[in-house]
Amino acid sequence: MSSLQVGRTVMKVAGDRRLGMAVVDRLLAGRLVLAVIAGVLASGSAVALLATSAWLITTAAAQPPVLTLMVAIVAVRAFGVGRGVFRYVERLAGHDAAYRVLGGVRARVAGRLEELAPAGLSLRTGDLLTRLVLDVDAVLDLWLRVVLPVLVAAVTATATVALLVILLPTAGAAAAVAVVVACAVVPWVTTATARRAERTIAGARGAVAAGATEALLTAADVVAFNAVDNVLAGFSAADARLAQAERRSAWSTGLGNALLVLCVGGASVAGLVLGSQSDVSGPVLAVLVLTPLALADVLGGLPVAAQLAIRVRASLSRLQEVMALPTPVAEPSCAVDLPTGRDLEIRGLRVGYGEADVLSGLDLDLPAGSRVVVTGPSGSGKSTLAAVLLRFLDPRGGDVLLDGVDLRQLQGDQVRSVIGLLTQESHVFDTSIRENLLLARPGSSDLRLWKALYRARLGKFVESLPEGLDTMVGEHGARLSGGERQRLAFARLLLADHDVLVLDEPTEHLDEETAKALLADLYAAAGRRTVVLLTHRPELAPYTTQPVADLT
Amino acid sequence: MKPVDPRLLRRAKAARTFLAGSVLIGVATGLLIVVQAVLLATAIADVVLRGELAAVIVWSLVAVIAGRALLSWLQEVVAQRAAAAVKSTLRRQVLEHSLKLGPAWLSGERSSALTTLLTKGLDDLDPYFARYLPQLVLASTVPAGVIAWMATGDLLAAGTVLVTLPLIPIFMALIGWATQTYSRRRQHALALLAHHFADVVSGLPTLKLFGRAKAQAVAVERVTERHRMESMKSLRLAFLSSLVLELLASISVALVAVGVGLRLVEGKLGLETALLVLILAPEAYLPLRQVGAQFHASADGVAASEEVFRVLETPLPVQGERTDVPDLRVTPLHLHDVTVTYAGRSTPAVEGFDLELWPGEVVALTGPSGAGKSTVLAALLGFVVPERGVVVAAGSAADEFDPVLWRQQFAWVPQRPGLLVGSIADNVRLGRPDASDAEVRRALDAAGAAELQLDTAVGEQGELLSGGQRRRVALARALVTRAPVLLLDEPTAGLDADAEAAVVANLRATGRTVLLVAHRPALIAAADRVVEVGTKELVSV
Repeated sequence: MSSLQVGRTVMKVAGDRRLGMAVVDRLLAGRLVLAVIAGVLASGSAVALLATSAWLITTAAAQPPVLTLMVAIVAVRAFGVGRGVFRYVERLAGHDAAYRVLGGVRARVAGRLEELAPAGLSLRTGDLLTRLVLDVDAVLDLWLRVVLPVLVAAVTATATVALLVILLPTAGAAAAVAVVVACAVVPWVTTATARRAERTIAGARGAVAAGATEALLTAADVVAFNAVDNVLAGFSAADARLAQAERRSAWSTGLGNALLVLCVGGASVAGLVLGSQSDVSGPVLAVLVLTPLALADVLGGLPVAAQLAIRVRASLSRLQEVMALPTPVAEPSCAVDLPTGRDLEIRGLRVGYGEADVLSGLDLDLPAGSRVVVTGPSGSGKSTLAAVLLRFLDPRGGDVLLDGVDLRQLQGDQVRSVIGLLTQESHVFDTSIRENLLLARPGSSDLRLWKALYRARLGKFVESLPEGLDTMVGEHGARLSGGERQRLAFARLLLADHDVLVLDEPTEHLDEETAKALLADLYAAAGRRTVVLLTHRPELAPYTTQPVADLT
Repeated sequence: MKPVDPRLLRRAKAARTFLAGSVLIGVATGLLIVVQAVLLATAIADVVLRGELAAVIVWSLVAVIAGRALLSWLQEVVAQRAAAAVKSTLRRQVLEHSLKLGPAWLSGERSSALTTLLTKGLDDLDPYFARYLPQLVLASTVPAGVIAWMATGDLLAAGTVLVTLPLIPIFMALIGWATQTYSRRRQHALALLAHHFADVVSGLPTLKLFGRAKAQAVAVERVTERHRMESMKSLRLAFLSSLVLELLASISVALVAVGVGLRLVEGKLGLETALLVLILAPEAYLPLRQVGAQFHASADGVAASEEVFRVLETPLPVQGERTDVPDLRVTPLHLHDVTVTYAGRSTPAVEGFDLELWPGEVVALTGPSGAGKSTVLAALLGFVVPERGVVVAAGSAADEFDPVLWRQQFAWVPQRPGLLVGSIADNVRLGRPDASDAEVRRALDAAGAAELQLDTAVGEQGELLSGGQRRRVALARALVTRAPVLLLDEPTAGLDADAEAAVVANLRATGRTVLLVAHRPALIAAADRVVEVGTKELVSV
């Protein structure tokens, strides 16, 4: 990617409405401009420092009165101090602005995801969401390591070339060529080689990652069957392929930097040769020869910026993709009041994602307080039905009525204050048991939390923990067993006190015994509430109710 | 923190070769910097004082510049190759060591952290090798060469540089020491913040269920803003430190330059020497200042390598070496008073458990969820070390025997079997690599998986199979072995009653000793004996 392309990326990003909003903010734009100006002054000072010292030394050689040198001496000191001070201002203003942009983008992405989740994101796995988080962080790189250095380098290099043109047009032209090569060819070479390397390495790297993941996830099986050596041999083979691919691509990595050395050195030699053939004074000649050397620092950041620009651009386009996803639910412009009854009726429901309908013509009565089982193999639309009931997804046809009121006339949050959901993989936040529970009902007393835990049959377990309610559950609840995690999610659900509970395969990842026990407890604790159990194994339910609907 | 981690050099031969190569390249670079300065100074002085420019000087300059370009290219090539080799060595060592540490050590959270370390984490070592280490070498070779050469022309200037130069590392260390806690706190906060955002994003559906999602989206902005203010506080300090270093270098160069300039005016110094000093003085300070910057850029890689060594330095459990493992086809097994407590739990998973397992009998382990049935199987396999009690065969404790030979006596079907990428036959052959297709087929049929084809791919972690199919492949994997004892954790979950009866009959027909975790009545009824875990009584059927 040439710096032109970098510039285009910058323009594209700045021009994009959704991500650009933070940039349009006038205060923020001011900070960014301040950072660029300070950066140019810092880099300019570095160039000027060398130019002035070269002039000073060469002039001094003619042994003039010291007084005539005073201006140059003061300038040298000023540039020396200025270089550091301006750099300081640039970094502070740049970081401050970049962090502000990051906050804005994070909030906007979170807000957008809030509109989309979960039905609008159904095609995205957790992995993609994790990458999305990293993509948002790329905003920092965009400002601090791409936009800022590229702008600063472009302005400073142009000013330097202008100075040389004034002193000696031919030498200035030579320097201009060097700068253009450094700004266009070097980043192009760097990114082209990086891309090629990435292409050859990506496959091998994927194989190593898959091999490592597999070996660690199946470690118990592999050790039990004494197959460690086989698995290690397989991994070593994949690893050797990766190392070989990396070694081969190494030959092209340093080309950009080498070219940069040639550009800067060439400009200096050109200044020397052209200057010696012209009639410029000694001090000017020294300036012509030595000033280009200062450009090494100014242009040095370009290869890295170009490489980062590719990654940042990919990140931003992924973000834009998410921002442009269709919203799965249209909130009513003017919501009606929640009806008091809790009878649910589904009439002629048609719903789906993309082209295909997942459910069509479904009729179902869910009277208040009933126990209803909906069966069907995976993929038959059980989770889709749950999404419609929770108002995560709008039906394409038919109605879902709560006490005669169409759910589409109610706001999502209104519906979800009445209808609750327990899924096969309930998210447990990486915090304490207490905080995970409080989420459902902020400000609840400990007594209330314990009550919910005991009704979910988790009370004894939590009491046995040394830190009780303050026990941290780990990332995705990793410090709990599958059954404990589901029971914690269930306690949370009980605390929220919904009138209708939708249980979507709540025991899918549990062993049979735990599954049965959990379901029995779920039914018992539900009391007068409506329970809608969506499952492909109706035999796990604690007492037989006729499956009301079979989605097959 | 040490400039170079000696463990890295000890563990990876490639790192040592690389360091040696880097020193060579660094010395050559230092030499060329001095030669380039001499040539430039001579050329300018020639033109200014004598009005002539020798072609040989111009061509030498061109050659030196080409040489420097070549060296900078070579440096990166060498660094990339070294990084590739070192990463590869460390990856293999870490994976091997973690597998040797065993399944109990590799519990959930740790294995996902290790996967990240082995993939993305180690790639962060690239800047460490490509930028930091070469810069460290340049920082020791270039200033030495520069000062030495300056000394031949102008002792006073060289002396000034020599005196002021050490101030840079001294101040760097002082400032680093003063800002260390701040920067560490900032790094920590940054990681925490990204983690918080990730947690919120993946928990969005849950937040939405409880009407908390909008509030969280706002909270994300508030938290980021608070973090911005805090990190700006520490950044102000960090940037101030580099300002100090920059000023220090500038003032030192100015000291030299002004001194040279004044002596030049007084005619005590030639133009050529003065120019030489002017060009060389900044070169003496530059590499030292850059070392600091590159060190910060490679901090992630250093952290990753420390994580690697934390794993590699975890001592392996002491393993038995006896090879005379008793034949469990004829020898009974005893568990005496076995108590196992997992790390971080205050109550034991299994307490005071006794069991006799006679050759050829089928024993069912029952008990409520969490009573420790799976832990009993893990203790037999040697995956967990009992804090009290012992597993005994033929009068010797199990841990006296070589664990590989000991485990050959057992075939295990875990509750959640882990399958390898490949075909169903590949996975069954994990039990016995030399099993013929017919034997694999027979094992699958006996496991109630007659409908599965040998060459069907199972996908990553068996994703292409249903939960029940995965379990039956795992059962076939156990049946295909010649192990005398089968340890089965709910082997028939997900099977209908007829299929279950067939599998049970097949198990009995093998004549092997079977210890199975069961709670379904049909399975329990098929056992010779039922042992309740969690109580100490034996229940005979």
